Amino acid sequence: MAFLIQLCFEGIALGCIYALIALGFAIIFKASEVINFAQGEFLLVGAYIVSAGTYDWGLGFFPALLLGVAATVIIGILFERFALRRMIGRPIFAILMITIGLDTLLRTGVIIKWGPNVRAAATPFTLGGGFNVGDVHAGNGVHFGASELWTIAVTIVVCILLFFFFRFTKYGLAMRATAIDQEAALATSINIRFVYALAWGIAGAIATIGGVFLAIQSVGFDTTLGQTALLAFPAIILGGLDSVVGAVVGGILIGLTQDLTGGYESHFSNILGAGFHDIAPYILMIIILFIRPYGLFGTRKVERV
Amino acid sequence: MSASETVVSASPIAAPPRLLRAASRRFAWALGILLLALFFLIASDQWLSLANFTMLAAIAALSLNVLSGYTGQVSLGIAFFMAIGAYTAVLLGGDPKASFFISGKSVPGLGLGLSFLIWLPASGIVAAIAGAVIGPTALRLKGFYLGIVSLALIFIGQHIFVNTVRLTGGPGGRSFPSPAFGEFNFSRQNDILGVAVTSNQEFFLLILLILVLAAIFVGNVMRTRAGRAFQAVRDNETSAAIIGVNLFKAKMGAFIFSSFIAGVAGALFASYTSYIQPNYWGLLLSIQYVAAIIVGGVASVWGSILGAVFVFALPQIFDLLSPPQTTGSPGLFGIAVGDLNAVVYGLLIIVFLLFEPGGVIGLIRRIQLLSLRLNHRLRKGGELTKASPDLEPDAQFEVESSTLSASKGTEMFDE
Repeated sequence: MAFLIQLCFEGIALGCIYALIALGFAIIFKASEVINFAQGEFLLVGAYIVSAGTYDWGLGFFPALLLGVAATVIIGILFERFALRRMIGRPIFAILMITIGLDTLLRTGVIIKWGPNVRAAATPFTLGGGFNVGDVHAGNGVHFGASELWTIAVTIVVCILLFFFFRFTKYGLAMRATAIDQEAALATSINIRFVYALAWGIAGAIATIGGVFLAIQSVGFDTTLGQTALLAFPAIILGGLDSVVGAVVGGILIGLTQDLTGGYESHFSNILGAGFHDIAPYILMIIILFIRPYGLFGTRKVERV
Repeated sequence: MSASETVVSASPIAAPPRLLRAASRRFAWALGILLLALFFLIASDQWLSLANFTMLAAIAALSLNVLSGYTGQVSLGIAFFMAIGAYTAVLLGGDPKASFFISGKSVPGLGLGLSFLIWLPASGIVAAIAGAVIGPTALRLKGFYLGIVSLALIFIGQHIFVNTVRLTGGPGGRSFPSPAFGEFNFSRQNDILGVAVTSNQEFFLLILLILVLAAIFVGNVMRTRAGRAFQAVRDNETSAAIIGVNLFKAKMGAFIFSSFIAGVAGALFASYTSYIQPNYWGLLLSIQYVAAIIVGGVASVWGSILGAVFVFALPQIFDLLSPPQTTGSPGLFGIAVGDLNAVVYGLLIIVFLLFEPGGVIGLIRRIQLLSLRLNHRLRKGGELTKASPDLEPDAQFEVESSTLSASKGTEMFDE
């Protein structure tokens, strides 16, 4: 039982990170119907800048975090302004590939700047911290690690902030209106360009936060960090591409799936093979898509022939 | 980005495709064949192997172009189908006595040791069957959803390949059979009528043959009823259905056709490389092929080939031509060559998508059209506004569908 609770706790924490990444995807998709394949590399850039700022440039964690957020926000807005805006109305495949192009550029940029070696993750707290409930070593206790608790707390804060932003601010309203009907939004003099920029800005900011926590999970990190973000794809598909709530629920579901299969897969390794937890989210995604091709919370597009 | 849709500009230049008609084209073909023959005779092993890998990539790019370029189905799954082809080849043609050492234990490998005349077609057929099995799932999905599910296919495939040790050799990989007729084995030098032919030269001929067959096949299929149906599905599913295209059949057909070529390409690639680890068939490979058809030209046979040259050969050519370096020394601007390649390749994708959506082939066509117009103007001295039909025969560059206009290759891939 303790083992199960431990797995669930860690799974939820991991899921929160996926949720953060998926939020970035969903916000961009909702505003502009673009899937940003470079989101993973936004995380990477953010995590590297925060780490470098904290350890190499001696800024301290929070100024470094601000710097990282600023960097990814600027990259996002510039990319949207100078590349994606020219792609409006172009086929989906083209749009998908241009974000993959950005992905390659960002990753290579990081490798050129910082090299392929493992870096220490920047944290605002001591990593080993946390508290135990019950006796962990006897096998009947649960360890609530500091990094997991922080991840969950920050995710909740980000979600609340986003909720208030979308619900109660002028720009949040503009974004929701744009997502529902672009032309109608234009007609009410909403500045769609600003909405696009805002979406990419928010996604960039969330990416850095997600990147920092993803890096903390494994203490040290390298340039493969961005690939982990690919696991946020099942999360958004699960939730439905255009659903912000879906992104969070999907993310947590994926995190739970991954940790639970990771915990119990050794009993079934004959059938499932080693490392099954890495693909379990994708299998879950495919099963869900069989039942609901537009995800759990996605908008169903009616199209009859 | 749905509000402002592109206006489909009028008058796509429609001319019947012509093969080997104009004298200038016959000359170009003859020159091309002569150059290939010359290359075959004098190229060093290094250049031959580069050419071989590029042609293999071109075959796979053709396969992706069938599915994504002509039929408009977003897919990142091509590496999976190539892997299916490769592992079919090794199952049928592999060394029966192969064994692998996995964590200290010896594991017997699978392999029937059959002739390559069996395993090469079989690799395509099995991949096509895999395409037929996966197709119906994928057909429920569209656009980004399909793209992401095909991504899942890659990861699930990798998991399976790493774990089916007896077939794939596990994470360490295994060696693949090379084509052979009895004593005549492509993996070593042979005498043909008293002339020594190296392994790379033998493979060059084989791969070239299959590339030409695949190119002609794809080019011709796209002009049949089925091929037109593919393109109708790409341009607009609803209107395709209205004019009587069976969407399911068309998409399945494209899936199966594309998977078949991918399987053959994968088997040949594995056979030529002779040793492959399962993680080779990963996402990066798929992305490279997508980049290849975008840079080369979507929905175009020549585009696939040129794309393979740009994405797979150019970086290697830079490598071959640049002065030899000691390992670890910085290359250009203090950036390692591999990283520089990645930068170039990322930039190529972005630049082409932004400024020349028709790819290299679109660029070539545009230049041809421009020079034709210039010619025309010089000859007649008159004003020429649009490309008029009478100068079309020469402007049509290649063996392929005429639905794609010369000046505007932007409408492909539309959902």
